[in-house]
Amino acid sequence: MMRDTFVSELLLLAETDSNVILITADLGFGIFEEFEEKFPNQFLNVGVSEQNMTMVAAGMAMEGKKVFTYSIGNFPTLRCLEQIRIDVCYHSLNVTIIGSGGGFSYGQLGMSHHATEDLSIMRALPNMIVVAPSSVSEVRGAMQALYEHPGPSYLRLDKSKTECDTKTSTFQLGKAEKVRDGYGVTLVGCGGIVEELVVAANALKFEGIDCRILSMSSVKPIDGNALKIAAQETRGIVTLEENNIIGGLGSAVAEICLESNIRPGFFKRIGLNDTYSSVVGDQFYLRDHYGMNSKHIIQAVRKLWNESVV
Amino acid sequence: MNNKYNLDEVTRFALSIRKNAVMMTNAGKSSHVGSVLSVADILAVLYSVVLNVDPANPQWSERDRFILSKGHAGAGVYAALAERGFFSTEILKSHYQNGSNLSGHVSHKNVPGVELSTGSLGHGLGVGAGMAYAAKLDGGSHRVFVVMSDGECGEGSNWEAILFAAHNNLSNLTVIIDYNKLQSLKSPEETLRLEPFLEKWKAFGWSAVEVDGHSYEELISVLSENKQEKPLCVIANTTKGKGVSFMENSVLWHYRSPQGEEFRSAQKELNDA
Repeated sequence: MMRDTFVSELLLLAETDSNVILITADLGFGIFEEFEEKFPNQFLNVGVSEQNMTMVAAGMAMEGKKVFTYSIGNFPTLRCLEQIRIDVCYHSLNVTIIGSGGGFSYGQLGMSHHATEDLSIMRALPNMIVVAPSSVSEVRGAMQALYEHPGPSYLRLDKSKTECDTKTSTFQLGKAEKVRDGYGVTLVGCGGIVEELVVAANALKFEGIDCRILSMSSVKPIDGNALKIAAQETRGIVTLEENNIIGGLGSAVAEICLESNIRPGFFKRIGLNDTYSSVVGDQFYLRDHYGMNSKHIIQAVRKLWNESVV
Repeated sequence: MNNKYNLDEVTRFALSIRKNAVMMTNAGKSSHVGSVLSVADILAVLYSVVLNVDPANPQWSERDRFILSKGHAGAGVYAALAERGFFSTEILKSHYQNGSNLSGHVSHKNVPGVELSTGSLGHGLGVGAGMAYAAKLDGGSHRVFVVMSDGECGEGSNWEAILFAAHNNLSNLTVIIDYNKLQSLKSPEETLRLEPFLEKWKAFGWSAVEVDGHSYEELISVLSENKQEKPLCVIANTTKGKGVSFMENSVLWHYRSPQGEEFRSAQKELNDA
């Protein structure tokens, strides 16, 4: 799981750098015991207090620490948004926010635990890096990149176990990972839901629609070049995110395309359609219910493809 | 801590903050002069006696850290930093002006000596607690001081930080409450009750004392050291608008800028002090 990879990477970083600090707001049962035992001076549980977690992280980062804050869902982001905005981002501090359980990871727990606006809101913060890995190997690369990055960042982890085709990922900030090449349609996604793109691409291939898949884990900074090339080399772009379609990955892609004056033949954002999830179900059930799984991607791409035939 | 202080010098320092605050809020037509006058004596004691800082080296690693959590009294910190020699007092005239570095709420950007930009209430204590925690980890002997307002204690984030500081025995952290009992519209008693205030801090595991926030002797005595293995809260009883008679205990001067005859009267009172 992505979460386990994050912990194992953090253990390695903490071993070599005593300034690496992990702060949790009382979550992480079963995953932080080894870290706490090995590095008691680098581990801090502040209790159920996300605002304080973020303020303390800022204060420690001001003193030269490289701080990772951890919680689940929206708690390390939206719950303490102003602390992130003023204390962390305005002061350009080395704080990496780890949000475990992006999108519908905690499906059955209900709307409070669905992180479905975090990508949009974190992306809107100046100085903030936003990364939503689509595989465990991308988590590995992202951890190293964010550790080396001296400013604020948000790493959104997914509960899904996606490996996709990116086992040999060489993650770089601002670079898309080409999971699959193709010259028909470009599918762009971030987070574990990229696995739905893979399933869709496999099916579409039988219909003669050749899909390129870009894993855009680095939502901010985004790989504008890969998008420009995709717009030139393929007939259209479809984006997918387990997030509200407003302000997230799809919006970022649209901004780049329009401002670069390279118009894809067609363009569609797939995600949560500006609503809150209110039905009970696991991650895969909710993706289906809200029109975001491979089935819906196939339907959408097929329709756009057929409409675009000249 | 400067052990060779003399009280006349502290008096002069505080008066300089007050005069500059009136000048700055007049020139910028800005608010919060009452809040600056309230905290002026606390700032004077900190910057002339208590804080171990080096104006020639603002980032000196062993310096004491100071955070003004009630960022709206930023003019007071700018005035104190200028008086202490961090930058020229001439720069104070740029307060609130277009293109200036000196925003109404205290900002660290391009202002030597300011550790943390604040303005939204309820941020300073938690960040200060993080600094104090890091200092303990690193074996530093410096202290962290945070000045808060009374109304600010309505912010729940503070109470998270208060629990945290006590739990971690942050004896290197000191909070000073500018307890002028006049928040944005009315008193805390009429708005959101704080009393029994001292007992609250104690119940949360802090060492807490109450002093006259305009008495240099009392402030210096409690701020000079913290012998307890707990964080220290100093509840400083103050008068909002202190030093300009017609501004004292008046909520109007949380907002009003001294202009015209009011400006001249305030100046005269401070010049005659």
